[in-house]
Amino acid sequence: MYDFAYQKPASLADAVKALGADGEAKALAGGMTYIPVLKQRLAKPSTIVDLSGLGLTGIKVEGGKVTIGAMTKHCVVAASAEVKAAIPALAALAGGIGDEAVRHRGTIGGSIANNDPAADYPSAALALGATIVTDRRSIAADDFFTGMFGTALEQGEIITAVEFPVPTKAAYEKFRNPASRYAIVGVFVAQTSGGPRVAVTGAGQGGVFRHSAMEAALAGNFSAAAIKGVKTSPDDLNGDIHASSEYRAHLVGVIAGRALAKAG
Amino acid sequence: MPQVTLTVNGKQHTVEVENRTLLVEVLREKLALTGTHVGCDTSQCGACVVHVDGISAKSCTMLAVQANGTSVTTIEGLAAADGTLHPMQEMFREHHALQCGFCTPGMVMSAIDLVNAHPAGLTEQEIREGLEGNLCRCTGYHNIVKAIAAAHPLMHAKA
Ligand SMILES: Cc1cc2nc3c(=O)[nH]c(=O)nc-3n(C[C@H](O)[C@H](O)[C@H](O)COP(=O)(O)OP(=O)(O)OC[C@H]3O[C@@H](n4cnc5c(N)ncnc54)[C@H](O)[C@@H]3O)c2cc1C
Ligand code: FES
Ligand code: FES
Repeated sequence: MYDFAYQKPASLADAVKALGADGEAKALAGGMTYIPVLKQRLAKPSTIVDLSGLGLTGIKVEGGKVTIGAMTKHCVVAASAEVKAAIPALAALAGGIGDEAVRHRGTIGGSIANNDPAADYPSAALALGATIVTDRRSIAADDFFTGMFGTALEQGEIITAVEFPVPTKAAYEKFRNPASRYAIVGVFVAQTSGGPRVAVTGAGQGGVFRHSAMEAALAGNFSAAAIKGVKTSPDDLNGDIHASSEYRAHLVGVIAGRALAKAG
Repeated sequence: MPQVTLTVNGKQHTVEVENRTLLVEVLREKLALTGTHVGCDTSQCGACVVHVDGISAKSCTMLAVQANGTSVTTIEGLAAADGTLHPMQEMFREHHALQCGFCTPGMVMSAIDLVNAHPAGLTEQEIREGLEGNLCRCTGYHNIVKAIAAAHPLMHAKA
């Protein structure tokens, strides 16, 4: 690991200032992605700005929305009685990220900001039509994820919370890579006030994406049967030693069907 | 040089570190607590698991500066002063839950956290899922699962 300067600001304003003042500075949340990156020398930040002193934690259910502070850990979301009651699929998703020790430190803000093409949370944000709240604006999930590891965040912009509208029904299902345990394909389905939404993670070359053909098929009949004939093109999907793009395309249909069956 | 102060196995230490120093490096290299192991570079194996403020964490994936002010427990901090093993250690011995022993410190620390977090009981499935982040290349896990199931009632004083 290359060395860096370290700051742990006590206010959001100070953190924004520290990140804004230096284009090579980088935020640190739970470190479950970024510290492994640093260990491999894949990044060389000048300064690390530790967000853990900002108090961006906590869960609020109000006005048909679940609002989760960016620094809220996966284990907290997984165990939250409020999340389990409002969006059980979201609590279950959080409880299935990585392992116990990863869930004890990894945060929702870090996961969304990182937009790993196989991460779980981005699929929930996209399928539920979440809003990503930052220090300076609110961004709809549809505009937030801009490709593999890509987001609409500006340099130094800090996610402060993620707001999830409560759906009528929702479920998440993933097919894990047997070694890394990340999703080879994960599908989050939701029946929302704006109609059915289906988000796929793990499979797309451009990261998480919405499956518009499935969404169209589900309008009026939100069930596994409704997507039976819906094809997924392998053209824009990942292929690697674990799964070819054709196999992933097939899995998208199978996993979406399981998610729909689970959503009931 | 930055300094961090942390309580390790009940004893307070102030050590000089670099900002890039990992918690596991402080434990092993500065405090000579070599029971905590490093088995990978990818944060996947769990050989390095310790408790930070009572919760299991991978000490290879935490900067020493992030651990400033915390209380850390390592495998060396489990046995009583007279050498009496912690019930989890005792059950690992009793049930032959280790072979080469490399994964064992992390397994034991994860297992204790798991049992602490589930006072009402743990199913075999929950134990296996709870060990997702701890890899063992020798035992095939069966005896580890048995040891943890046997330690549960001892730790919650039900036996
Ligand atoms: C062994 C292992 C298994 C894992 N398995 C899974 C899995 O199955 N599914 C899954 O989804 N994830 C998995 N993860 C990743 C884990 O969920 C991470 O916690 C998460 O991706 C990043 O969150 P973090 O809080 O650790 O962020 P960090 O690693 O601290 O940061 C990640 C990135 O986000 C930026 N960032 C962090 N917080 C903010 C913020 N509030 N605003 C703006 N930018 C920010 C950082 O600058 C950095 O670039 C795994 C990780 C490990 C080590
Ligand atoms: S050394 Fe492998 S997870 Fe920490
Ligand atoms: S006993 Fe050898 S790795 Fe687990």
